[in-house]
Amino acid sequence: MKTKPKTNDLILQTVTKVATFVIVLFSIHIFFAGHYTPGGGFIGGLMTSSAIILLLLAFDLKTVKAILPVNYLLLVAVGLVFSVGTGTGALFFDAPFLTHAFEYFDLPLFGHTSLHTAVLFDTGVYLVVIGVTMTIIQTIGESE
Amino acid sequence: MNNFVILPILIPLLTGIFLIFLTRKVNVQRIVSLISAIISIVIAFTLVIEVKTDGIQVLQASNWDAPFGISIVADMLSALLVLVTSIIVFSVLIYSFKHIDADREKFFYYPLVQFLIVGVNGAFLTGDIFNLFVFFEVMLMSSYVLLVIGGTKIQLRETIKYLLVNVIASALFVVAVALLYSVVGTLNIADLSQRIAEVEQPAIITAIAILFLVVFGLKGAIFPLYVWMPGSYYAPPIPILALFGALLTKVGIYSILRTFTTLFYHQPEYTHSIMLYLSILTIIFGCIGVMAYMDVKKIIIYNIVVAIGVILFGISVMNTEAIAGSVMYTLHDMLIKSALFLLIGVMIAKTGTSNIKRMGGLMHHNPLLGWMFFIAAISLAGVPPFSGFAGKLMIIQGAFKAGHYAGGIIVLFSSLIVLYSVMRIFIYAFWGEKKEYDLAPEQKKDNRFLMLPIGILIAVSIAYGIGTEAVYTYVSDAVQVLMNPSDYIQAVLKEG
Amino acid sequence: MEILMSVVIGILFTIATYLVLSKSLLRIIVGTGLLSHAAHLLILTMGGLKQGAVPILSENANSYVDPLPQALILTAIVISFGVTSFFLVLAYRSYQELGTDNMDELRGNKSYE
Repeated sequence: MKTKPKTNDLILQTVTKVATFVIVLFSIHIFFAGHYTPGGGFIGGLMTSSAIILLLLAFDLKTVKAILPVNYLLLVAVGLVFSVGTGTGALFFDAPFLTHAFEYFDLPLFGHTSLHTAVLFDTGVYLVVIGVTMTIIQTIGESE
Repeated sequence: MNNFVILPILIPLLTGIFLIFLTRKVNVQRIVSLISAIISIVIAFTLVIEVKTDGIQVLQASNWDAPFGISIVADMLSALLVLVTSIIVFSVLIYSFKHIDADREKFFYYPLVQFLIVGVNGAFLTGDIFNLFVFFEVMLMSSYVLLVIGGTKIQLRETIKYLLVNVIASALFVVAVALLYSVVGTLNIADLSQRIAEVEQPAIITAIAILFLVVFGLKGAIFPLYVWMPGSYYAPPIPILALFGALLTKVGIYSILRTFTTLFYHQPEYTHSIMLYLSILTIIFGCIGVMAYMDVKKIIIYNIVVAIGVILFGISVMNTEAIAGSVMYTLHDMLIKSALFLLIGVMIAKTGTSNIKRMGGLMHHNPLLGWMFFIAAISLAGVPPFSGFAGKLMIIQGAFKAGHYAGGIIVLFSSLIVLYSVMRIFIYAFWGEKKEYDLAPEQKKDNRFLMLPIGILIAVSIAYGIGTEAVYTYVSDAVQVLMNPSDYIQAVLKEG
Repeated sequence: MEILMSVVIGILFTIATYLVLSKSLLRIIVGTGLLSHAAHLLILTMGGLKQGAVPILSENANSYVDPLPQALILTAIVISFGVTSFFLVLAYRSYQELGTDNMDELRGNKSYE
């Protein structure tokens, strides 16, 4: 390891601390918006992982690992369980593979809302995208 | 609606996901993959019987009616291919337990094999041309990683080439799908078949057909697109090589068989005669390769090229006998190629070299290995009681009936050369004085266990050869659908 | 508009071919990226451009854009995203192991025999 020249990344670090939360929140918004308007798990996942990458740029791998002690490969697997599981669930109701169901409910805070099994599927996609992106970035980034 | 059709795709997928959680527990991984493989065989077997009794089975995924949704279709051809695939995977998995090194086993070998099977079975079962692309990519993605795990220099180098060739092929696939969509506005194979028949295949569709031939030819390794194969398949360890050699090229050939019998069959004087010439060139170049090398791996890899040529020749002749022959020969070739690869794996493990000049006298070490190799060799060449015979006979019959005498004779001669090439391995490696091989101590392993999976494959192959009559009743169902696309269309589109 | 896009796609294919044929591994990867972009644009163009509505289909919609090409592109983009990133990691690893990114030097058959 070469000793790195001292850099002054105070501005980047300060901005990142705030911006990360904004990006993550917005990505969650995009994720939920995806059901009837443009958005969804893939885009949401990419945005969340871009927030984590911003953290990586501003700080370093060790710090980020301390903040988010996640095994990203397992995250991929969990995501796949969600997605494939939702599809497989249809088999138990004697419906074709991947059939989804939805129903309208009156929830206390949200009012009249539709709850959709596709959300579970999309959650899986969201997790898989984060997992895959972060695995790639870590693989390239680790061996500097 | 029949959810059973999705199971050959779903079971490996669920198993693969489950195995990711068990990365460190190699023994558990082995047991789980083995159980999953057994379940897959049972399911594939049931599927074959179901298709035999009730006709083509269709599932409209997510309950969207064809042609809007994605159809999963199991006709006899797909069902048989899925069955053979699951038998091969079962044997290769058992073989891997003793042959794949611990590093690879810990680095997601078993999940990757499962994902590879998802792609292969998916490609066999899908009824949608874009979905075929997706399953191709699933299969290719896993094959890239399987090719590179272990990370030796030669693997890295060959994976780059393999990846590049396939990325370009995939881009061309997308282009072909886009052009096809712009002309007929649908992607469901049954619907496509109907629409193309309505417009009677204008020149643009013929051009698209040739583009598809290039794409599938790259995966299936036909002349002149096979050049990537000998190098890339040489790199990975034997069980992975066996899976690739038995399954991946056959997926390409299956796609050609499906598209050129169900979709692009209106201009055979153009498309099928191009295929005819390419197939003969494939056979000739394969034969040259087979004779040129002294390396067992290379010889068997070039034998894949010859087999692809023979199967493609049957498809391009395009009459009932020849297509039936191609189907028979494809099933036989999958079984026997995987058996041969596993056999040379044992030979290489025993002698520490893959050059046949440095081998010799293996018959003294392991007579069982010798006789198994002998059976595999003559059934590869198509000697009568064994499995290669019937398929080749029917291809040649069909060729003579259609007036392609020269082609038929070249196929006959190719069998002789194939026989020569494998007998040369047999004579060099098994005959002669008993030799002592100086192996490093960690290379000396007990190879008796490895004979079990090879025995299974050889036994299935012998049963296939002896029971040809019985197998043929199933194959003729498959050919019936291929020759009459209306059956396929009816089954998919009428299903609501 | 379709004709303009076809020309653009043609140019993209040309550049991609040029890059894929070059010797540096990194250029080849950029080339494959452009190649798949061109293919995706082709799907979009072939599905018909600009029909003045969103691609969401409801039963009483007066006009809509064919949603299928868009679904196809999304799938193809995700796949090429995966493949390209795998290719990048592979190239990086090979550069570390083999010490070169020049395709001429990667060609050899040295370790075969």
